[in-house]
Amino acid sequence: MQESAVLTRPRAEVQRRRWSRAVYRRKVVPWLFVLPVLLINLAVVVGPALGAVYYSMTDWSGIGAADFIGLENYRELLFDDPSFKNAFVNNLIWLALFLTVPIAMGLIAASLLAPIKRGALFFRMAFFIPYVLPSVIVAHLWTALINPDRGLVGWLNERGVPGMDAAYLGREETVLPAIAFIDNWHWWGFLMVLFLAGMQNIPPDLYEAARLDGANRWQEFRDVTIPGIRPVLVFMLLMSSIWSFLTFDYIWIITQGGPGGASEVLSVLVFKNAFQNFEAGYAAAIGITMSLLVGVVISMFVVLRRRGWEI
Amino acid sequence: MNRTAHVGRTARRGRELSFVPNYVVLVLLLIFSLGPLVIMAFNSVKSRTEIGDNPLGWPRDFAWGNYSRAWDVGNFSTTTVNSALLVAGTVVGVLLLGGMAAYSLAKLDLAGAGALMLFLLVVSSLPIHLFLVPLFVLWREIKLINTFFGLIVIYIALNAPLAIFLLRSYMIQLPRDFEDAARVDGANEWQVFSKIVVPLSWPGFLTVGLVVALSVWNEFLLATVFLQDEDKFTVVTSYQNFATRFSRDWSLTSAASVMMIIPILAIFLTFQRRFIDGLTQGGTKG
Repeated sequence: MQESAVLTRPRAEVQRRRWSRAVYRRKVVPWLFVLPVLLINLAVVVGPALGAVYYSMTDWSGIGAADFIGLENYRELLFDDPSFKNAFVNNLIWLALFLTVPIAMGLIAASLLAPIKRGALFFRMAFFIPYVLPSVIVAHLWTALINPDRGLVGWLNERGVPGMDAAYLGREETVLPAIAFIDNWHWWGFLMVLFLAGMQNIPPDLYEAARLDGANRWQEFRDVTIPGIRPVLVFMLLMSSIWSFLTFDYIWIITQGGPGGASEVLSVLVFKNAFQNFEAGYAAAIGITMSLLVGVVISMFVVLRRRGWEI
Repeated sequence: MNRTAHVGRTARRGRELSFVPNYVVLVLLLIFSLGPLVIMAFNSVKSRTEIGDNPLGWPRDFAWGNYSRAWDVGNFSTTTVNSALLVAGTVVGVLLLGGMAAYSLAKLDLAGAGALMLFLLVVSSLPIHLFLVPLFVLWREIKLINTFFGLIVIYIALNAPLAIFLLRSYMIQLPRDFEDAARVDGANEWQVFSKIVVPLSWPGFLTVGLVVALSVWNEFLLATVFLQDEDKFTVVTSYQNFATRFSRDWSLTSAASVMMIIPILAIFLTFQRRFIDGLTQGGTKG
Protein backbone atom coordinates (compact mmCIF):
# COMPACT_ATOMS: atom_id res chain seq x y z
CA MET A 1 0.00 0.00 0.00
CA GLN A 2 2.61 2.46 1.11
CA GLU A 3 4.95 1.12 -1.47
CA SER A 4 2.53 1.64 -4.35
CA ALA A 5 1.78 5.20 -3.26
CA VAL A 6 5.47 5.97 -3.39
CA LEU A 7 5.59 4.45 -6.83
CA THR A 8 2.54 6.18 -8.30
CA ARG A 9 3.43 9.72 -7.34
CA PRO A 10 6.49 10.03 -9.55
CA ARG A 11 4.75 8.15 -12.33
CA ALA A 12 1.88 10.64 -12.31
CA GLU A 13 4.36 13.45 -12.31
CA VAL A 14 6.24 12.00 -15.25
CA GLN A 15 2.98 11.56 -17.10
CA ARG A 16 1.89 15.09 -16.37
CA ARG A 17 5.22 16.46 -17.47
CA ARG A 18 5.09 14.41 -20.63
CA TRP A 19 1.56 15.60 -21.27
CA SER A 20 2.45 19.26 -20.78
CA ARG A 21 5.42 18.88 -23.09
CA ALA A 22 3.10 17.47 -25.73
CA VAL A 23 0.72 20.39 -25.26
CA TYR A 24 3.64 22.78 -25.53
CA ARG A 25 4.83 21.14 -28.70
CA ARG A 26 1.43 20.79 -30.38
CA LYS A 27 -0.38 23.90 -29.25
CA VAL A 28 2.14 26.49 -28.13
CA VAL A 29 5.04 26.06 -30.56
CA PRO A 30 2.88 26.61 -33.68
CA TRP A 31 1.71 29.91 -32.25
CA LEU A 32 5.26 30.95 -31.34
CA PHE A 33 6.09 30.68 -35.04
CA VAL A 34 3.29 33.04 -36.11
CA LEU A 35 3.53 35.39 -33.13
CA PRO A 36 6.13 37.87 -34.54
CA VAL A 37 4.18 38.47 -37.75
CA LEU A 38 0.97 38.74 -35.81
CA LEU A 39 2.37 41.33 -33.40
CA ILE A 40 3.88 43.42 -36.20
CA ASN A 41 0.59 43.42 -38.09
CA LEU A 42 -1.34 44.38 -34.97
CA ALA A 43 1.02 47.30 -34.35
CA VAL A 44 1.24 48.56 -37.94
CA VAL A 45 -2.19 47.84 -39.38
CA VAL A 46 -4.87 46.75 -36.91
CA GLY A 47 -4.13 49.19 -34.09
CA PRO A 48 -3.84 52.25 -36.35
CA ALA A 49 -6.92 51.14 -38.34
CA LEU A 50 -8.97 51.01 -35.14
CA GLY A 51 -7.42 54.32 -34.16
CA ALA A 52 -8.65 55.75 -37.46
CA VAL A 53 -12.22 54.77 -36.58
CA TYR A 54 -11.97 56.79 -33.37
CA TYR A 55 -10.07 59.76 -34.84
CA SER A 56 -12.58 60.02 -37.67
CA MET A 57 -15.06 61.15 -35.01
CA THR A 58 -12.80 63.84 -33.62
CA ASP A 59 -11.59 67.31 -34.44
CA TRP A 60 -7.84 66.76 -34.34
CA SER A 61 -4.82 68.46 -35.87
CA GLY A 62 -2.62 65.37 -35.55
CA ILE A 63 -0.77 66.79 -32.54
CA GLY A 64 -2.12 67.02 -29.01
CA ALA A 65 -5.64 66.25 -27.82
CA ALA A 66 -8.47 65.16 -30.10
CA ASP A 67 -11.95 66.62 -29.46
CA PHE A 68 -14.71 64.07 -29.87
CA ILE A 69 -17.35 65.48 -32.22
CA GLY A 70 -19.34 62.37 -33.17
CA LEU A 71 -20.25 62.10 -36.82
CA GLU A 72 -19.65 65.77 -37.63
CA ASN A 73 -16.74 64.97 -39.98
CA TYR A 74 -18.91 62.60 -41.98
CA ARG A 75 -21.74 65.15 -42.15
CA GLU A 76 -19.34 67.77 -43.43
CA LEU A 77 -17.84 65.29 -45.90
CA LEU A 78 -21.15 64.27 -47.42
CA PHE A 79 -23.03 67.58 -47.39
CA ASP A 80 -20.66 70.54 -47.07
CA ASP A 81 -17.45 69.64 -48.84
CA PRO A 82 -17.46 70.09 -52.63
CA SER A 83 -13.88 68.79 -52.84
CA PHE A 84 -15.03 65.41 -51.50
CA LYS A 85 -17.73 65.11 -54.14
CA ASN A 86 -15.30 66.21 -56.83
CA ALA A 87 -12.73 63.62 -55.69
CA PHE A 88 -15.34 60.89 -55.53
CA VAL A 89 -16.48 61.62 -59.09
CA ASN A 90 -12.84 61.55 -60.21
CA ASN A 91 -12.45 58.11 -58.61
CA LEU A 92 -15.52 56.97 -60.58
CA ILE A 93 -14.02 58.29 -63.84
CA TRP A 94 -10.79 56.49 -62.97
CA LEU A 95 -12.83 53.34 -62.32
CA ALA A 96 -14.55 53.60 -65.72
CA LEU A 97 -11.21 54.08 -67.48
CA PHE A 98 -9.44 51.20 -65.72
CA LEU A 99 -12.32 48.75 -66.17
CA THR A 100 -12.13 49.26 -69.93
CA VAL A 101 -8.89 50.48 -71.50
CA PRO A 102 -6.21 48.27 -69.86
CA ILE A 103 -8.54 45.26 -69.76
CA ALA A 104 -9.21 45.60 -73.49
CA MET A 105 -5.54 46.14 -74.30
CA GLY A 106 -4.53 43.16 -72.18
CA LEU A 107 -7.15 40.93 -73.77
CA ILE A 108 -6.29 41.95 -77.32
CA ALA A 109 -2.55 41.58 -76.89
CA ALA A 110 -2.87 38.27 -75.04
CA SER A 111 -5.18 36.76 -77.63
CA LEU A 112 -2.82 37.85 -80.42
CA LEU A 113 0.17 36.48 -78.54
CA ALA A 114 -1.35 33.19 -77.36
CA PRO A 115 -1.33 31.32 -80.70
CA ILE A 116 2.14 32.35 -81.90
CA LYS A 117 5.35 30.57 -80.99
CA ARG A 118 8.18 32.61 -82.44
CA GLY A 119 9.17 35.50 -80.18
CA ALA A 120 6.33 34.88 -77.74
CA LEU A 121 8.58 34.94 -74.68
CA PHE A 122 10.30 38.09 -75.89
CA PHE A 123 7.01 39.95 -76.35
CA ARG A 124 5.79 38.79 -72.96
CA MET A 125 8.95 40.09 -71.28
CA ALA A 126 8.90 43.40 -73.17
CA PHE A 127 5.27 44.14 -72.29
CA PHE A 128 5.98 43.33 -68.66
CA ILE A 129 9.01 45.63 -68.27
CA PRO A 130 7.08 48.88 -67.65
CA TYR A 131 5.30 47.18 -64.74
CA VAL A 132 8.54 46.69 -62.77
CA LEU A 133 9.67 50.33 -63.06
CA PRO A 134 9.27 52.78 -60.17
CA SER A 135 6.23 55.06 -60.46
CA VAL A 136 8.37 58.21 -60.11
CA ILE A 137 10.37 57.37 -63.22
CA VAL A 138 7.35 56.48 -65.35
CA ALA A 139 5.57 59.62 -64.18
CA HIS A 140 8.43 62.01 -64.94
CA LEU A 141 9.32 60.32 -68.21
CA TRP A 142 5.79 60.69 -69.56
CA THR A 143 5.36 64.18 -68.13
CA ALA A 144 8.29 65.18 -70.34
CA LEU A 145 7.01 63.22 -73.34
CA ILE A 146 3.52 64.75 -73.12
CA ASN A 147 4.84 68.30 -72.83
CA PRO A 148 3.69 70.22 -75.95
CA ASP A 149 6.90 72.31 -76.05
CA ARG A 150 9.22 69.36 -76.25
CA GLY A 151 9.04 65.58 -76.07
CA LEU A 152 6.86 63.35 -78.19
CA VAL A 153 3.77 65.54 -78.22
CA GLY A 154 5.88 68.58 -79.08
CA TRP A 155 7.58 66.69 -81.90
CA LEU A 156 4.26 65.55 -83.33
CA ASN A 157 2.87 69.07 -82.92
CA GLU A 158 5.72 70.58 -84.94
CA ARG A 159 4.89 68.19 -87.75
CA GLY A 160 1.28 69.33 -87.75
CA VAL A 161 -0.36 66.26 -86.24
CA PRO A 162 -3.80 67.43 -85.09
CA GLY A 163 -4.65 67.38 -81.39
CA MET A 164 -1.02 67.62 -80.28
CA ASP A 165 -0.95 71.30 -79.42
CA ALA A 166 -2.45 71.04 -75.94
CA ALA A 167 -0.87 70.77 -72.53
CA TYR A 168 -2.86 67.70 -71.59
CA LEU A 169 -1.53 67.61 -68.04
CA GLY A 170 -2.18 71.30 -67.51
CA ARG A 171 -5.82 71.51 -68.56
CA GLU A 172 -8.70 70.71 -66.23
CA GLU A 173 -10.68 68.79 -68.86
CA THR A 174 -7.86 66.46 -69.88
CA VAL A 175 -5.61 66.09 -66.87
CA LEU A 176 -7.30 63.04 -65.34
CA PRO A 177 -7.41 60.91 -68.53
CA ALA A 178 -3.83 62.00 -69.26
CA ILE A 179 -2.60 60.70 -65.88
CA ALA A 180 -4.68 57.54 -66.35
CA PHE A 181 -2.95 57.07 -69.71
CA ILE A 182 0.46 57.24 -68.01
CA ASP A 183 -0.56 54.88 -65.20
CA ASN A 184 -2.02 52.50 -67.76
CA TRP A 185 1.20 52.48 -69.77
CA HIS A 186 2.90 50.69 -66.89
CA TRP A 187 -0.18 48.60 -65.93
CA TRP A 188 -1.69 46.96 -69.02
CA GLY A 189 1.27 44.61 -69.63
CA PHE A 190 0.72 43.04 -66.22
CA LEU A 191 -2.89 42.24 -67.15
CA MET A 192 -1.69 40.92 -70.50
CA VAL A 193 0.63 38.42 -68.81
CA LEU A 194 -2.15 37.24 -66.47
CA PHE A 195 -4.61 36.81 -69.34
CA LEU A 196 -1.99 35.08 -71.47
CA ALA A 197 -1.32 32.54 -68.73
CA GLY A 198 -5.06 31.87 -68.56
CA MET A 199 -5.37 31.48 -72.34
CA GLN A 200 -2.47 29.04 -72.49
CA ASN A 201 -4.41 26.76 -70.17
CA ILE A 202 -7.38 26.52 -72.54
CA PRO A 203 -7.35 23.07 -74.22
CA PRO A 204 -6.56 23.44 -77.97
CA ASP A 205 -9.40 20.96 -78.76
CA LEU A 206 -11.91 23.67 -77.94
CA TYR A 207 -10.47 25.89 -80.67
CA GLU A 208 -10.39 22.97 -83.12
CA ALA A 209 -14.04 22.25 -82.37
CA ALA A 210 -14.98 25.90 -82.82
CA ARG A 211 -13.12 26.01 -86.14
CA LEU A 212 -14.91 22.86 -87.31
CA ASP A 213 -18.18 24.57 -86.50
CA GLY A 214 -17.10 27.38 -88.79
CA ALA A 215 -16.41 29.99 -86.14
CA ASN A 216 -14.44 33.07 -87.19
CA ARG A 217 -11.75 34.69 -85.03
CA TRP A 218 -14.18 36.97 -83.22
CA GLN A 219 -16.52 34.07 -82.42
CA GLU A 220 -13.57 32.01 -81.18
CA PHE A 221 -12.55 34.89 -78.95
CA ARG A 222 -16.08 35.40 -77.61
CA ASP A 223 -17.11 31.77 -77.20
CA VAL A 224 -13.87 30.01 -76.30
CA THR A 225 -11.25 32.48 -75.07
CA ILE A 226 -13.37 34.67 -72.79
CA PRO A 227 -15.16 31.78 -71.03
CA GLY A 228 -11.78 30.02 -70.74
CA ILE A 229 -10.16 32.86 -68.79
CA ARG A 230 -13.29 33.91 -66.93
CA PRO A 231 -11.92 33.36 -63.39
CA VAL A 232 -8.84 35.54 -63.86
CA LEU A 233 -10.80 38.10 -65.89
CA VAL A 234 -13.45 38.52 -63.21
CA PHE A 235 -10.83 38.61 -60.48
CA MET A 236 -8.94 41.39 -62.22
CA LEU A 237 -12.16 43.34 -62.80
CA LEU A 238 -12.77 43.11 -59.06
CA MET A 239 -9.21 44.15 -58.17
CA SER A 240 -9.29 47.00 -60.71
CA SER A 241 -12.48 48.28 -59.08
CA ILE A 242 -10.90 48.13 -55.62
CA TRP A 243 -7.66 49.77 -56.70
CA SER A 244 -9.53 52.51 -58.54
CA PHE A 245 -10.80 53.80 -55.21
CA LEU A 246 -7.30 53.69 -53.71
CA THR A 247 -5.18 55.09 -56.56
CA PHE A 248 -2.56 57.59 -55.38
CA ASP A 249 1.02 57.45 -56.64
CA TYR A 250 0.73 58.66 -60.22
CA ILE A 251 -1.70 61.46 -59.44
CA TRP A 252 0.30 62.69 -56.48
CA ILE A 253 3.61 62.58 -58.33
CA ILE A 254 2.38 64.23 -61.51
CA THR A 255 -0.08 66.94 -60.39
CA GLN A 256 -0.72 66.60 -56.63
CA GLY A 257 -4.40 66.84 -57.59
CA GLY A 258 -4.15 69.99 -59.73
CA PRO A 259 -4.84 72.05 -61.67
CA GLY A 260 -7.60 73.46 -59.49
CA GLY A 261 -8.49 70.07 -58.02
CA ALA A 262 -9.26 68.61 -61.44
CA SER A 263 -7.25 65.45 -60.73
CA GLU A 264 -7.97 65.18 -57.00
CA VAL A 265 -9.03 61.73 -55.81
CA LEU A 266 -9.92 60.55 -52.29
CA SER A 267 -6.41 59.36 -51.41
CA VAL A 268 -5.01 62.77 -52.37
CA LEU A 269 -7.56 64.42 -50.08
CA VAL A 270 -6.45 62.18 -47.20
CA PHE A 271 -2.84 63.14 -47.78
CA LYS A 272 -3.53 66.88 -48.10
CA ASN A 273 -5.80 67.01 -45.06
CA ALA A 274 -3.44 64.99 -42.90
CA PHE A 275 -0.07 66.42 -43.80
CA GLN A 276 -0.75 69.86 -45.27
CA ASN A 277 -3.95 71.20 -43.65
CA PHE A 278 -3.40 69.44 -40.29
CA GLU A 279 -6.97 68.12 -40.27
CA ALA A 280 -6.01 64.60 -39.21
CA GLY A 281 -9.48 63.76 -37.87
CA TYR A 282 -11.09 64.77 -41.14
CA ALA A 283 -8.44 62.85 -43.09
CA ALA A 284 -9.25 59.75 -41.03
CA ALA A 285 -12.93 60.13 -41.93
CA ILE A 286 -12.05 60.19 -45.64
CA GLY A 287 -9.82 57.13 -45.14
CA ILE A 288 -12.73 55.27 -43.49
CA THR A 289 -15.00 56.30 -46.37
CA MET A 290 -12.50 54.89 -48.88
CA SER A 291 -12.44 51.60 -46.98
CA LEU A 292 -16.24 51.48 -46.95
CA LEU A 293 -16.30 52.01 -50.72
CA VAL A 294 -13.91 49.07 -51.10
CA GLY A 295 -16.21 47.09 -48.81
CA VAL A 296 -19.19 47.96 -51.04
CA VAL A 297 -17.31 46.75 -54.13
CA ILE A 298 -16.43 43.45 -52.46
CA SER A 299 -19.98 42.91 -51.17
CA MET A 300 -21.44 43.59 -54.61
CA PHE A 301 -19.11 40.94 -55.97
CA VAL A 302 -20.16 38.46 -53.28
CA VAL A 303 -23.88 39.19 -53.79
CA LEU A 304 -23.64 38.75 -57.56
CA ARG A 305 -21.87 35.46 -57.04
CA ARG A 306 -24.55 34.29 -54.55
CA ARG A 307 -27.23 35.21 -57.08
CA GLY A 308 -25.75 32.59 -59.34
CA TRP A 309 -23.65 34.75 -61.63
CA GLU A 310 -20.82 32.58 -62.82
CA ILE A 311 -18.06 34.74 -61.45
CA MET B 1 5.77 10.28 -96.43
CA ASN B 2 7.60 12.95 -98.33
CA ARG B 3 4.37 14.29 -99.56
CA THR B 4 2.72 14.54 -96.15
CA ALA B 5 5.82 16.31 -94.82
CA HIS B 6 5.54 18.77 -97.65
CA VAL B 7 1.86 19.30 -97.06
CA GLY B 8 2.58 19.77 -93.37
CA ARG B 9 5.18 22.39 -94.14
CA THR B 10 2.96 24.45 -96.42
CA ALA B 11 0.14 24.19 -93.93
CA ARG B 12 2.47 25.45 -91.25
CA ARG B 13 3.71 28.23 -93.48
CA GLY B 14 0.12 29.17 -94.25
CA ARG B 15 -0.55 29.30 -90.56
CA GLU B 16 2.46 31.48 -89.88
CA LEU B 17 1.39 33.79 -92.68
CA SER B 18 -2.01 34.12 -91.09
CA PHE B 19 -0.22 35.39 -87.97
CA VAL B 20 1.18 38.42 -89.80
CA PRO B 21 -1.59 40.71 -88.48
CA ASN B 22 -0.81 39.44 -84.98
CA TYR B 23 2.83 40.40 -85.36
CA VAL B 24 1.96 43.82 -86.78
CA VAL B 25 -0.18 44.72 -83.75
CA LEU B 26 2.30 43.21 -81.31
CA VAL B 27 5.18 45.19 -82.79
CA LEU B 28 3.14 48.39 -82.48
CA LEU B 29 2.49 47.57 -78.83
CA LEU B 30 6.19 46.80 -78.42
CA ILE B 31 7.08 50.26 -79.70
CA PHE B 32 4.52 51.71 -77.30
CA SER B 33 6.03 49.79 -74.35
CA LEU B 34 9.73 50.17 -74.98
CA GLY B 35 9.88 53.30 -77.18
CA PRO B 36 9.69 55.73 -74.23
CA LEU B 37 12.50 53.86 -72.48
CA VAL B 38 14.67 54.01 -75.60
CA ILE B 39 14.02 57.76 -75.88
CA MET B 40 14.99 58.10 -72.24
CA ALA B 41 18.25 56.21 -72.80
CA PHE B 42 19.06 58.44 -75.81
CA ASN B 43 18.27 61.61 -73.91
CA SER B 44 20.45 60.59 -70.99
CA VAL B 45 23.55 61.22 -73.11
CA LYS B 46 22.44 64.40 -74.92
CA SER B 47 23.57 67.87 -73.98
CA ARG B 48 20.91 70.34 -72.87
CA THR B 49 21.20 72.24 -76.13
CA GLU B 50 20.88 69.13 -78.26
CA ILE B 51 17.80 67.87 -76.42
CA GLY B 52 15.94 71.05 -77.45
CA ASP B 53 16.02 70.39 -81.19
CA ASN B 54 16.46 66.61 -81.06
CA PRO B 55 14.17 65.39 -78.25
CA LEU B 56 13.55 61.88 -79.57
CA GLY B 57 16.28 60.65 -81.91
CA TRP B 58 19.73 59.11 -81.70
CA PRO B 59 22.20 61.37 -79.82
CA ARG B 60 24.67 63.30 -82.05
CA ASP B 61 27.45 63.57 -79.53
CA PHE B 62 27.58 61.69 -76.29
CA ALA B 63 27.57 63.81 -73.15
CA TRP B 64 28.48 61.11 -70.66
CA GLY B 65 29.05 63.82 -68.10
CA ASN B 66 25.28 63.84 -67.49
CA TYR B 67 25.71 60.67 -65.49
CA SER B 68 28.31 61.95 -63.05
CA ARG B 69 26.34 65.19 -62.69
CA ALA B 70 23.13 63.26 -62.00
CA TRP B 71 24.97 61.02 -59.54
CA ASP B 72 26.09 64.08 -57.56
CA VAL B 73 22.94 66.20 -57.84
CA GLY B 74 20.70 63.23 -57.07
CA ASN B 75 22.95 62.33 -54.11
CA PHE B 76 22.98 58.73 -55.30
CA SER B 77 25.97 57.75 -53.14
CA THR B 78 23.74 58.20 -50.07
CA THR B 79 20.34 57.23 -51.45
CA THR B 80 21.54 53.97 -52.98
CA VAL B 81 22.85 52.86 -49.60
CA ASN B 82 19.59 53.93 -47.91
CA SER B 83 17.45 52.02 -50.39
CA ALA B 84 19.71 48.98 -50.17
CA LEU B 85 19.43 48.99 -46.36
CA LEU B 86 15.62 49.15 -46.54
CA VAL B 87 15.49 46.38 -49.13
CA ALA B 88 17.89 44.13 -47.21
CA GLY B 89 16.18 44.67 -43.86
CA THR B 90 12.71 44.10 -45.25
CA VAL B 91 13.64 41.04 -47.30
CA VAL B 92 15.39 39.39 -44.35
CA GLY B 93 12.51 40.25 -42.03
CA VAL B 94 9.78 39.09 -44.39
CA LEU B 95 11.56 35.85 -45.27
CA LEU B 96 12.36 35.03 -41.63
CA LEU B 97 9.08 36.02 -39.98
CA GLY B 98 6.88 35.20 -42.97
CA GLY B 99 8.71 31.90 -43.45
CA MET B 100 8.16 30.97 -39.81
CA ALA B 101 4.45 31.75 -40.04
CA ALA B 102 4.13 29.87 -43.33
CA TYR B 103 5.88 26.87 -41.76
CA SER B 104 3.46 26.88 -38.86
CA LEU B 105 0.46 27.11 -41.22
CA ALA B 106 1.73 24.46 -43.61
CA LYS B 107 3.39 21.92 -41.35
CA LEU B 108 2.35 22.33 -37.71
CA ASP B 109 -1.33 21.79 -37.16
CA LEU B 110 -1.85 25.29 -35.91
CA ALA B 111 -5.08 25.58 -33.96
CA GLY B 112 -7.00 28.41 -35.63
CA ALA B 113 -5.11 28.28 -38.93
CA GLY B 114 -8.23 29.21 -40.91
CA ALA B 115 -8.92 32.22 -38.72
CA LEU B 116 -5.32 33.36 -39.04
CA MET B 117 -5.43 33.11 -42.84
CA LEU B 118 -8.63 35.13 -42.89
CA PHE B 119 -7.04 37.69 -40.59
CA LEU B 120 -4.03 38.04 -42.90
CA LEU B 121 -6.31 38.34 -45.93
CA VAL B 122 -8.34 41.13 -44.32
CA VAL B 123 -5.23 42.93 -43.03
CA SER B 124 -3.56 42.83 -46.43
CA SER B 125 -6.61 44.26 -48.18
CA LEU B 126 -7.06 47.29 -45.91
CA PRO B 127 -6.14 50.48 -47.76
CA ILE B 128 -2.94 52.20 -46.60
CA HIS B 129 -4.75 55.52 -46.48
CA LEU B 130 -7.05 54.11 -43.81
CA PHE B 131 -4.32 53.61 -41.22
CA LEU B 132 -1.65 55.99 -42.54
CA VAL B 133 -2.42 58.96 -40.27
CA PRO B 134 -2.72 57.09 -36.93
CA LEU B 135 0.32 55.01 -37.86
CA PHE B 136 2.30 58.18 -38.52
CA VAL B 137 1.26 59.63 -35.16
CA LEU B 138 2.06 56.38 -33.35
CA TRP B 139 5.49 56.16 -35.01
CA ARG B 140 6.15 59.79 -34.09
CA GLU B 141 5.25 59.07 -30.43
CA ILE B 142 7.64 56.11 -30.21
CA LYS B 143 10.37 57.94 -32.16
CA LEU B 144 10.41 55.71 -35.23
CA ILE B 145 9.92 58.51 -37.75
CA ASN B 146 13.05 59.08 -39.83
CA THR B 147 14.52 55.73 -38.84
CA PHE B 148 15.15 52.90 -41.26
CA PHE B 149 14.07 50.43 -38.60
CA GLY B 150 10.66 52.09 -38.30
CA LEU B 151 10.00 51.93 -42.02
CA ILE B 152 11.34 48.38 -42.30
CA VAL B 153 8.84 47.25 -39.65
CA ILE B 154 6.01 48.79 -41.70
CA TYR B 155 7.26 47.19 -44.91
CA ILE B 156 7.50 43.80 -43.17
CA ALA B 157 3.92 44.08 -41.93
CA LEU B 158 2.59 45.01 -45.36
CA ASN B 159 4.59 42.44 -47.34
CA ALA B 160 4.31 39.53 -44.93
CA PRO B 161 0.74 38.35 -45.72
CA LEU B 162 1.46 37.78 -49.41
CA ALA B 163 4.80 36.15 -48.58
CA ILE B 164 3.03 33.83 -46.16
CA PHE B 165 0.42 32.78 -48.73
CA LEU B 166 3.07 32.04 -51.36
CA LEU B 167 5.49 30.26 -49.02
CA ARG B 168 2.71 28.27 -47.40
CA SER B 169 1.48 26.96 -50.73
CA TYR B 170 5.07 26.06 -51.55
CA MET B 171 5.75 24.27 -48.26
CA ILE B 172 2.51 22.31 -48.33
CA GLN B 173 3.78 20.44 -51.40
CA LEU B 174 6.94 19.24 -49.62
CA PRO B 175 6.89 15.58 -48.53
CA ARG B 176 6.78 15.09 -44.77
CA ASP B 177 9.30 12.23 -44.66
CA PHE B 178 12.40 14.36 -44.05
CA GLU B 179 10.80 16.37 -41.29
CA ASP B 180 9.42 13.31 -39.54
CA ALA B 181 12.80 11.61 -39.71
CA ALA B 182 14.42 14.68 -38.14
CA ARG B 183 11.76 14.82 -35.42
CA VAL B 184 12.33 11.16 -34.60
CA ASP B 185 16.02 12.00 -34.28
CA GLY B 186 15.11 14.57 -31.64
CA ALA B 187 15.19 17.80 -33.64
CA ASN B 188 12.97 20.57 -32.30
CA GLU B 189 10.64 22.53 -34.57
CA TRP B 190 13.07 25.40 -35.03
CA GLN B 191 15.71 22.96 -36.26
CA VAL B 192 13.23 21.24 -38.56
CA PHE B 193 12.28 24.66 -39.96
CA SER B 194 15.75 26.07 -40.44
CA LYS B 195 17.66 22.91 -41.38
CA ILE B 196 15.09 21.06 -43.49
CA VAL B 197 12.08 23.06 -44.64
CA VAL B 198 13.92 26.27 -45.57
CA PRO B 199 16.61 24.52 -47.67
CA LEU B 200 13.93 22.46 -49.42
CA SER B 201 11.76 25.46 -50.24
CA TRP B 202 14.50 27.88 -51.29
CA PRO B 203 12.95 28.54 -54.74
CA GLY B 204 9.85 29.86 -52.98
CA PHE B 205 12.01 32.02 -50.72
CA LEU B 206 13.95 33.34 -53.72
CA THR B 207 10.75 34.29 -55.57
CA VAL B 208 9.28 36.03 -52.54
CA GLY B 209 12.59 37.77 -51.82
CA LEU B 210 12.77 39.15 -55.36
CA VAL B 211 9.19 40.38 -55.37
CA VAL B 212 9.54 42.03 -51.96
CA ALA B 213 12.88 43.60 -52.93
CA LEU B 214 11.32 45.11 -56.04
CA SER B 215 8.31 46.50 -54.21
CA VAL B 216 10.48 48.08 -51.47
CA TRP B 217 13.01 49.51 -53.95
CA ASN B 218 10.16 51.16 -55.89
CA GLU B 219 7.97 52.19 -52.95
CA PHE B 220 6.97 55.85 -52.90
CA LEU B 221 4.18 56.82 -50.47
CA LEU B 222 5.48 55.38 -47.19
CA ALA B 223 9.06 56.37 -47.90
CA THR B 224 7.86 59.94 -48.51
CA VAL B 225 5.88 60.06 -45.27
CA PHE B 226 8.20 58.22 -42.90
CA LEU B 227 11.68 59.34 -44.03
CA GLN B 228 11.70 63.14 -44.22
CA ASP B 229 15.36 63.95 -43.49
CA GLU B 230 17.19 64.55 -46.72
CA ASP B 231 20.07 62.25 -45.73
CA LYS B 232 17.54 59.42 -45.21
CA PHE B 233 15.90 59.77 -48.64
CA THR B 234 15.61 56.64 -50.75
CA VAL B 235 16.51 56.52 -54.42
CA VAL B 236 12.84 57.02 -55.26
CA THR B 237 12.00 59.90 -52.91
CA SER B 238 15.25 61.66 -53.74
CA TYR B 239 14.53 61.25 -57.45
CA GLN B 240 11.07 62.75 -56.95
CA ASN B 241 12.61 65.72 -55.16
CA PHE B 242 15.28 66.22 -57.74
CA ALA B 243 13.15 65.59 -60.82
CA THR B 244 10.66 68.19 -59.61
CA ARG B 245 13.45 70.73 -59.03
CA PHE B 246 15.20 70.04 -62.35
CA SER B 247 12.12 69.24 -64.43
CA ARG B 248 13.40 71.46 -67.26
CA ASP B 249 16.72 69.61 -67.40
CA TRP B 250 15.56 66.53 -69.25
CA SER B 251 19.01 65.10 -69.93
CA LEU B 252 19.82 65.18 -66.21
CA THR B 253 16.58 63.46 -65.13
CA SER B 254 17.00 60.89 -67.92
CA ALA B 255 20.50 60.00 -66.77
CA ALA B 256 19.27 59.62 -63.19
CA SER B 257 16.38 57.43 -64.40
CA VAL B 258 18.68 55.16 -66.37
CA MET B 259 20.91 54.70 -63.34
CA MET B 260 17.89 53.74 -61.24
CA ILE B 261 16.45 51.40 -63.84
CA ILE B 262 19.59 49.47 -64.72
CA PRO B 263 19.83 47.43 -61.50
CA ILE B 264 16.09 46.68 -61.67
CA LEU B 265 16.28 45.56 -65.29
CA ALA B 266 19.42 43.48 -64.71
CA ILE B 267 17.83 41.56 -61.86
CA PHE B 268 14.46 41.33 -63.61
CA LEU B 269 15.95 39.92 -66.81
CA THR B 270 18.10 37.43 -64.87
CA PHE B 271 15.19 36.06 -62.84
CA GLN B 272 12.48 36.83 -65.37
CA ARG B 273 10.35 33.74 -64.95
CA ARG B 274 10.57 33.83 -61.16
CA PHE B 275 9.57 37.49 -61.12
CA ILE B 276 6.63 37.04 -63.44
CA ASP B 277 5.42 33.99 -61.53
CA GLY B 278 5.77 35.70 -58.17
CA LEU B 279 4.15 38.95 -59.25
CA THR B 280 1.27 37.34 -61.09
CA GLN B 281 0.58 34.91 -58.26
CA GLY B 282 0.65 37.92 -55.98
CA GLY B 283 -1.89 39.57 -58.25
CA THR B 284 -4.27 36.66 -58.31
CA LYS B 285 -3.92 35.46 -54.74
CA GLY B 286 -3.91 38.81 -52.99
